[in-house]
Amino acid sequence: MSSDALAIQTTEATGQPWVQTLHEWVTTVDHKRLGVLYILYSLFFLVIGGMEAIVIRIQLMRPHNDFVSPQVFNRMFTMHGTTMIFFVAMPILFGFGNYLVPLMIGARDMAFPRLNAFSFWLTAFGGFLLYFSLLGGNGLYGAGTAPDVGWWAYAPLTSRAFSPGHSSDYWTIALLASGFGSIGTAINLIVTIISMRCPGMKLSRMPLLAWLNLVMSGMVLLAITPLSAAQLMLLVDRYLGGHFFDTQAGGSATLWMHFFWIFGHPEVYVLIIPCFAFVSEIIPVFSRKPIFGYPVMVGATVCIAFVSMSVWAHHMFTIGMSSYANSFFTITTMAVGVPTGIKIFNWLGTMWGGKILFKTPMLFCIGFLFQFLIAGLTGIMLASSPFDWQLSGSYFVVAHFHYVIVGGILFALFGAFYYWYPKITGRMLNETLGKFHFWLFLIGFHLTFDLMHIPGLLGMPRRIYTYEPGRGWDTLNFLVSIGAFIQGIAIVVFVANLIFSYFKGAKAGNDPWDAWTLEWSVSSPPPAYNFSTIPTVASRRPLWDLKHPEDPDNRYE
Amino acid sequence: MRIGETMRKADWQVIASRVAGILFLLAAELLAASLCSASTPADNPVPSIFDPHSTPAESIRHLSVFVLGITGLIFLVVFILLAYAVVKFRSRKAGAEREPAQVYGSTQIELAWTVIPILIVAVLFLATARVIHGIQDAPKPVGTIEVTAIGHQFWWEFRYPALGIVTANELHIPVSDPAHPSPTFLKLLSADTDHSFWIPQLAGKTDLIPNRVNQMWMDPQRVGIYLGQCAQYCGTQHAKMLLRVYVDSPEDFNAWVSEQRQPANQDDKELSGKHIFETTSCVNCHAVGGTNGTGRFGPDLTHLMSRRTIAAGAAENTPENLRLWIQNPDAIKTGSLMPAMKLSDAELDALVRYLETLQ
Amino acid sequence: MSAMTTPLSGSRLSWKLPYRGRVGMACLIFAESAIFTIFVVAYLFYIGKSLSGPTPREVLETPIFYTICLLSSSLTIHFAGKFLERGSRGAFLLLWLLTIALGALFLYGTGKEWHRLIYERGLTISTNLFGTTYYSLVGLHAFHVTAGLIMLTIVLLFGLAGRVGPEQSARVDVLSLYWHFVDAVWVVVFTVVYVLGR
Repeated sequence: MSSDALAIQTTEATGQPWVQTLHEWVTTVDHKRLGVLYILYSLFFLVIGGMEAIVIRIQLMRPHNDFVSPQVFNRMFTMHGTTMIFFVAMPILFGFGNYLVPLMIGARDMAFPRLNAFSFWLTAFGGFLLYFSLLGGNGLYGAGTAPDVGWWAYAPLTSRAFSPGHSSDYWTIALLASGFGSIGTAINLIVTIISMRCPGMKLSRMPLLAWLNLVMSGMVLLAITPLSAAQLMLLVDRYLGGHFFDTQAGGSATLWMHFFWIFGHPEVYVLIIPCFAFVSEIIPVFSRKPIFGYPVMVGATVCIAFVSMSVWAHHMFTIGMSSYANSFFTITTMAVGVPTGIKIFNWLGTMWGGKILFKTPMLFCIGFLFQFLIAGLTGIMLASSPFDWQLSGSYFVVAHFHYVIVGGILFALFGAFYYWYPKITGRMLNETLGKFHFWLFLIGFHLTFDLMHIPGLLGMPRRIYTYEPGRGWDTLNFLVSIGAFIQGIAIVVFVANLIFSYFKGAKAGNDPWDAWTLEWSVSSPPPAYNFSTIPTVASRRPLWDLKHPEDPDNRYE
Repeated sequence: MRIGETMRKADWQVIASRVAGILFLLAAELLAASLCSASTPADNPVPSIFDPHSTPAESIRHLSVFVLGITGLIFLVVFILLAYAVVKFRSRKAGAEREPAQVYGSTQIELAWTVIPILIVAVLFLATARVIHGIQDAPKPVGTIEVTAIGHQFWWEFRYPALGIVTANELHIPVSDPAHPSPTFLKLLSADTDHSFWIPQLAGKTDLIPNRVNQMWMDPQRVGIYLGQCAQYCGTQHAKMLLRVYVDSPEDFNAWVSEQRQPANQDDKELSGKHIFETTSCVNCHAVGGTNGTGRFGPDLTHLMSRRTIAAGAAENTPENLRLWIQNPDAIKTGSLMPAMKLSDAELDALVRYLETLQ
Repeated sequence: MSAMTTPLSGSRLSWKLPYRGRVGMACLIFAESAIFTIFVVAYLFYIGKSLSGPTPREVLETPIFYTICLLSSSLTIHFAGKFLERGSRGAFLLLWLLTIALGALFLYGTGKEWHRLIYERGLTISTNLFGTTYYSLVGLHAFHVTAGLIMLTIVLLFGLAGRVGPEQSARVDVLSLYWHFVDAVWVVVFTVVYVLGR
C-alpha cells in the first residue's frame, strides 16, 4: 500500500509512530500532501468564518438587538470577510490546484517543491497571526484586539489616529505574509504548467483546469502585489510617520481605495476562475460529452483576466469621480460580463445533447450554473453606476457578492470535493449524505441570499451592528438569519460526510466516474511519484482515447 | 462502466426547486413593492429606492427598471434553456451504455452568443451614460439652496453659508416645484474619515471623504420627512449615524430659516445651567451662539430643541434622554466620542433645563 | 540544467519546454514590477502636492555617477555570464566581483544622499508627501539591490570555493536576470524622481 495515504492509514499500515507521521507531513514537499494541508487548513477556517457569520446573523435577527456590542460586531464582519477571502477561498483553491495540476499534466510534482512548502507555511502563518490578534489584543498597554476596520481597511480609518493599538497591524502583516505565500504558489503553478507538461501535452491539449489555474496564477501576480504595496505604504504611515494616506498632510484617502480595488476586483476573478475550472471538468464527465468550445473557453478566460484589470473603480462609483470616469468603469464592467456569459453558454452547450447523471458533484455544478447566472446579472445591475449610487454600500451588494462566493464559488468547491475526494483518499463520499447536504444547503442559501437583496433595495446599509425598526427590514433580516442557520447545519452534514467516508466510504478505485483526464489513470490515492512512467498524450482526453480507440479525440481536434 | 444508477426523481426535484425559488423571490419582490407603492404617505418610514420623490432618485429608478427588465429577460431565457437541458438530456436507464454524440463546439453558435451580449451591453451602457451625465453634470438653477455637509464620527454637520445657519443631523430643505426649481446642492466634506450621505428616496448616495470636496443635489417634490443614514463604514457607531431630511413647504422652510438665524435664547432664565455649560469642558466641543462656546468638534447646540432627535438619531430629544446622554453616553451610543461629563445630579438638572431653552 | 527533453514514442520530435528557473524568475519579475508600479504611481500622484517642506527641486541632486555604476554592473554581470558559459571561471569571478563592487558603490551613493538629505536638508520620510514617497520608492529599490547583492555574494563565495562552473550557467543566468531587472527599475525610478519629479 502506498505510504502517501493520509496519516491514520499510514500508521495503521506501517505501524510507525504518530510523531513520525506528523513529522512527514510538516516537512513534506509533495504537492499532494501540501494540497491536502491547504484544504484542511481552509476547512478549519471555513468553520471559524462561518461562526463569525452566525454571530453577525444572530445580532441582526431583530432590530436593536444586543447579542454583541458594536465593537465586537465590527470585529466580526471584518474578520469574517478577511478570513473567508484570504484564509478559506485562496488557500483552498491553491490546495486543489496544487493537488490536481501536476497530476493532470502528467508531471511528478510542482516545479519548485520547496517553494511550495514555504508558500503554504507562510500563508498558514498569516492566518495564525490574524487570529492571534484576538489574544494579543487586550493585553499589555491596551494593544487593541481583532481588527475592526472592515476587510478593505479604508484609509484614514486605519491611520494611527482612528485605529490606535495594533489591531490594524495584525490585519496588515497577516495579509502581507499570506500574500507573499500566494505569490509563491502562483509562480509555482505557472512554471509547472509551462515547463513540466508531459510529452504531447501541448498547451492546446491541457485540461481546462490547468489553463484556468495558469490564468488565475498570472492574475495573482498582478493583483496581490498592489495590495502588498499598499499595505507596505500603510505600515510606513503607521510606523515611520509617512503620509501616503494621511489626509491631514495632503494625502489621499481615495488613493488607498484605488490601490485596494486594483487588487480587490481581479481578486474576485482569481477566486472564481479555479471554480470555473472545476465546473469545466465535472460537467463534461457527468454529461458524457467533451466541453463545448474548448478554445473559446480558454479565450474567454484570458479575456476576462485582461478586462477585469480595468474595472476596479466600479467599487468606487460613489466617491465622486467625474461622469467620464464613471461611464468608463460602467462600460468595462458590463463588458467583462460578455466573456463570462459566454462561459455559461458553453457549459449549457456541454450539457445539451448529453446524458446527464445527477450525482452529487453534478448537482452542485448545476446549482452553480443557475446561481452564477443570477449573480452575474445582479452584477450587471451594479455595473450601471447610477443604479449603483443607490445599491452600493447596501445589503444588495452583500447579497450579490455572497451569491457569487457562496452560490458560485462554494457550490463549485463542494462539487470539486465530491468529485476528487475519491482520488485523494481512495474512498467515495457517501452519496445520500451528499444529496442531503446539497438540498439543505440549497434551501438555506436561497432563503438567506435571495431575500437579502431586498433590505438593500429598501435602504439598509451594510456593516451596521443594528438597524431601526419599522423600515421594512425586520422580517427579512429574521428570515435571512434562519437561512444562515440552515446552511450551518448543512456544513455540519458535509464535514460529517468527509470524516465518516474517510473511514467507511466505498473503495473508489482508479476511476470511479469514468472520466478522461490523467489523474484518473493512477491509483486512488496516487503514489508519491504520481506516474510510474511519464505518459505521452495525443489529445485533450487521453483516457477517452484509451477507452474508445475506435473514436479517439485527436481525430477531431 | 461504473457510473451507478441515475435517480429520475432528482431531475424533477431540481426543476421544482428552481421554480419554487423563483416564485419565492417574485413573492418577496411583490411584498417589497407593496411597501413602496406610489400612494404611501409622505412620512413613509420605508426608505425604498423604488419610491423616489426627487429627480435624481426618479431617473435612477427609471434606469433601474430598464436594467431590471433586460437582465430579467436574459435570466428567463437562460433559465429556461438550462432547465430544459437538465430535464431533456438526463440520462435514462435504457441506452445508458452508449455515450452521446461527442460534439466539440460550433463557431456559429459561439458567434451568436458573443455578438448578442455585446449588443445588449451597448444598449445598457448608452442608457446608463445618459443618466450619469444627467445627474452629475446638472446645472445649478437660480433658486438653488446651497448646503455644506460635513461628516463626523458619528454625526452630521450642516451649514448653509448663504443663510448663515449651522445645524446638525436634521436637514431642512424646501420642496422644489418643477416649474420653478429650488433644488438643494450639497457640498460634501469630512472632518475625519469616510462617510456617505444616503437618502434613498431623494438621491443616490455620495461619499464624504476627508481632503476631498464632493457634490450632490436633490430636488424633493413632496413635503415630508425622509430617512436615511451613513452608508460608508466609519467606525464603531456607523450604524447610528442616522439622517433625517425635512422637506418643508416654502413657508415652513422660510420660518425655519428665520428661527435658525436667531441668536441663542438670551432669556437668562437658566443662568446656573448656562454657567455650567460655559465653565465645563462642554464648550471645547459645542457651540452655542451668544456664549463663549465656539467648539466645532461636536454639534452646534444653538437651536438644539428644534431637533426631534439627539445623537444623530440614536435617541428622541427628550429631557430624560438629554440627561442620560450627558451623564452616560455609552447607554445610548457606546463608542461615540461624547464623553461622560461626570456632573452631579443638581448640575445635570440645571444644565438640561438650560439646554431646554435653546429653541 | 537544461530543459527536460523526452523523446516522443514513435516520433523523431523531442519535447522541449522552457527552463523552469527562467520562467520562475520571469514571473517574479512580473510580480515585482507590479509592486514598483504602485509605488511609482503614488510618487507621480503626489508630485507637487506636499503642503510644506522642501521640494524636489530644492534638495535633490542627480546621482549621475552612481547611476552609471549601477547600469554598468548590468554589463559586467552579462559578460560574467558569458565567460562562465565558456568555462573561463577566472574571468567570470572577476567580472562577478566587479558587479558586486559596482552595486555596493551604488548603495553607498544612496546612503550618502540620504544622509545629506536628512541631516543637511531636513527631509525625512515624515516631513511631507515628497519625503514619504521619495524614501519609500528609492528605499524599496535599494532593498532589492541589497537582496540582489546578498545573492550575488553567495554565488561569489561558491565560485571562490570552485563550485561554480559552466553546468551552473543557467542558474547563474537566472540570477543575472534579476539583477538586470533591478537595473531596469532604477532607470524608471531615476526618470520619475530626478527628471519628471522636478
